[in-house]
Amino acid sequence: MKTENQKAWFFVLPVLVLVAFNALIPMMTVVNYSVQETFGDNVFFWQGLDWFEQILRSDRFHAALGRQFLFTFLILIIEVPLGIIIALSMPRKGFWVPVCLVTMALPMLIPWNVVGAMWNIFTLPDIGLLGYFLNHVLGVTYDMTQNPLAAWVTIVTMDVWHWTSLVVLLSYAGLVSIPDAYYQAAKIDGASNWAVFRFIQLPKMKTVLTIAILLRFMDSFNIYTEPFVLTGGGPGNSTTLLSIDLVKIALGQFDLGPAAAMSLIYFAITLLVSWLFYTLMTKDDLN
Amino acid sequence: MQKRSIIPIVYILFLMLPIYWLVAMSFKTTNEILSGFSLFPQTFTLENYATIFTDPTWYWGYINSIIYVSINTVISVAVALPAAYAFSRYRFLGDKQLFFWLLTNRMAPAAVFALPFFQLYSAVGIFDTHLAVALAHCLFNIPLAVWILEGFMGGIPKELDETAYVDGYSFPRFFGTIFIPSIKAGVGVAAFFCFMFSWVELLLAKTLTAVAAKPIAATMTKTASSAGYELGLLAAAGTLTIIPGAIVIWFVRNYIAKGFAMGRV
Amino acid sequence: MAKITLSKLRHSYMPAPKSPSDYALKEIDLDWSDGGAYALLGPSGCGKSTLLNIISGLLVPSEGQILFDGQDVTALPPDQRNIAQVFQFPVIYDTMTVYDNLAFPLRNRGRDEATVRTRVMAIAEMLEVTEMLDQKAAGLSPDNKQKISMGRGLVREDVNVVMFDEPLTVIDPHLKWKLRSKLKELHQRVKATMIYVTHDQTEALTFADQVVVMQNGEVVQIGTPVELFERPAHTFVGHFIGSPGMNILPCDLQGGCARFGAHKIALEGPIRGDALGETEIGIRPEFVTLSDKGLPATVTKISDVGRHTVVECHANGTRINAILEGAEQNNTPAKGAEVHLDFHRDQTRLYVDGWLASDPQTSAEAAR
Repeated sequence: MKTENQKAWFFVLPVLVLVAFNALIPMMTVVNYSVQETFGDNVFFWQGLDWFEQILRSDRFHAALGRQFLFTFLILIIEVPLGIIIALSMPRKGFWVPVCLVTMALPMLIPWNVVGAMWNIFTLPDIGLLGYFLNHVLGVTYDMTQNPLAAWVTIVTMDVWHWTSLVVLLSYAGLVSIPDAYYQAAKIDGASNWAVFRFIQLPKMKTVLTIAILLRFMDSFNIYTEPFVLTGGGPGNSTTLLSIDLVKIALGQFDLGPAAAMSLIYFAITLLVSWLFYTLMTKDDLN
Repeated sequence: MQKRSIIPIVYILFLMLPIYWLVAMSFKTTNEILSGFSLFPQTFTLENYATIFTDPTWYWGYINSIIYVSINTVISVAVALPAAYAFSRYRFLGDKQLFFWLLTNRMAPAAVFALPFFQLYSAVGIFDTHLAVALAHCLFNIPLAVWILEGFMGGIPKELDETAYVDGYSFPRFFGTIFIPSIKAGVGVAAFFCFMFSWVELLLAKTLTAVAAKPIAATMTKTASSAGYELGLLAAAGTLTIIPGAIVIWFVRNYIAKGFAMGRV
Repeated sequence: MAKITLSKLRHSYMPAPKSPSDYALKEIDLDWSDGGAYALLGPSGCGKSTLLNIISGLLVPSEGQILFDGQDVTALPPDQRNIAQVFQFPVIYDTMTVYDNLAFPLRNRGRDEATVRTRVMAIAEMLEVTEMLDQKAAGLSPDNKQKISMGRGLVREDVNVVMFDEPLTVIDPHLKWKLRSKLKELHQRVKATMIYVTHDQTEALTFADQVVVMQNGEVVQIGTPVELFERPAHTFVGHFIGSPGMNILPCDLQGGCARFGAHKIALEGPIRGDALGETEIGIRPEFVTLSDKGLPATVTKISDVGRHTVVECHANGTRINAILEGAEQNNTPAKGAEVHLDFHRDQTRLYVDGWLASDPQTSAEAAR
């Protein structure tokens, strides 16, 4: 049991100050922009909620949001099952365990724009390993700067490459925490491999899988650098995800008002979905 | 068992292929790269690396990145330790709301903050310093560090604290000499994650710097666009950015699985 | 239900064992009859869990055979041996209800739901968990969880043997005896062979008809609780069982007589063989009395443990305990007192290199 102690606030204070400085002041700036119009020279006009209305009605926003959900959805349905399968087939002890873990974690430690650049080099149609292989060995016409489908396949594959290991490592941590006795009991009870997965492994992985899915949702929903470096949002607007569109509006066109309104809507959607998902996944534990 | 190990092997191969290509590219001459496809470097060259190590704009990029990442890691872990202790041991007014609010900061798209950050740090007068990037990265690293450390601290029985107080330890002495050593795996993991996320982040780092504190990753994008098609140089710079991560991960390899689970298994 | 035979069983966790110390189990031959209650008793690391896992099929022995009713099952996987095992920490399926937990082994074997229902209800009633059947198993207390994992073993009508691997470790002390008597009762009702592994002598002695005492991968003695107490085959058994354990006194043999220092001690009867090696006298504290004759000793400690008093003495640098019971306790000596210790002759045994080397006097000898 935790004891009640208001002095604990002193322990939290440094964190609070630092995070508030970074979160609250910029957030207020954003809110401030979102309700005003400016023609430069620091002259602002009250605009009310017009920007919000404009964004929510704009086809451009709907399209970007749609692409964003599609991207996140694809990421989750590929990375989560794939990560679980890989974790299940990994060795539990011995020399190969640290080797697997270190090599698998490696992609996550590469700066995001390097990831984009690396995949760019990897997929160049004539001189990239993958591009060359597809175009000249398999004879498939592959050029992601021309073909939207190729661009989509590439950014999804890149994300699978980049982040599946997170799901693997989390699931693996859940798996190795299961005592041997559970597997032995299941053997004696005559349980099939599927039953072992369904009734022993999956329940034990539940907490860590919740974390994995939440993190993957948040990070893939906010993804910017990697697809921006790789495709720049193109061809056309076909891979312009929400963040890319937002930066285009804010820094490209310098439409601060709409960009700020869009930021807030964007943030609200992320929060809402994360919260819904978290409540759903942990509902059983509360009962 | 044998059949099963095919899956991790294929997966690791898949992970290694683009990295291999990057590394192979870094040892090729620009001529060779542009003249066509070759699986291995035909004329092996260290010229690209030589350029990086002799040109200050390149190697200062590395030094800058390492400086702000280190500052950020120290700040994040230092302030997260007492906070995580408070969350794991005490109930206080607004504790749950505060914890949740901290976590929401990880959900904010970095793109949202880019411009306000620029204005904020310019106004405070620390634009284009290492400290600016280090502080900005605290936004998402402190909540993460608190979350990880709280998970590890939850695994330490409260009796440890009580025994120490009974034995006459003062709080700072207990915290420094008993408690922190007993969660050193968690501290290592938290530091690792702060390092990792600060190292890989570019958008804020690029926005908050111009010349003096410019990160390596930003130098790369600049060079890529201004110097045209210098793929070999780009590949060499990219290869070098993988190394710090690989070194750091080696130190935490034994905690890595538990670490990614934030101590919650 | 089955008779279990272990034949020339040896096991090593190393791939190429050479010396005997590489073996976790050293040559075991055993016969356990159908429907018996057995205990495997020994300190941690003595090989008892290894032996249990070999019987259940979780481990394949390096050498030797396991036979159920004369049929070789050495190579069979656990689910084909019709055994049940209860582990140290309760193993339950958290996401299932208690009912589904109990039904799980039957459903895996393709029994129809009607049969499942009858069996589960019968077992639930036996274990007194009927009112919990609809609950999620995750929320149960440790003793109920342990009952459920026991129930999963008993629910199968064809079960040959039920094995318990220190099942009371995580149970609260005041519930331990309850669960233990429940076990005993279950054994009488289901008549399955039961093997109970423990390092706790009380659990072993109260549960089993026959106790197998193990040390360093070897079986040191097999016997009823009374036999283990009265005639330990090895000084280890004497020491391990009883509280306090058997007194062990180094001695010399001179002309068929044992001498402890300068004092002559009469043994229960004739000595086996030529008794070459390290010789020791073994006598339980229960059979040592304080008197005015016998071995002189100094009292070093008195412990009143309620029902009786343990008097710890030292003679020639060796510790000897005596237990005073009933009226004897009125004459408890003070610490530092000089006393004389008298050993009951028929309970004074000789051990050579640790093993029992004396026999009781035959009636003919006694008559003489």
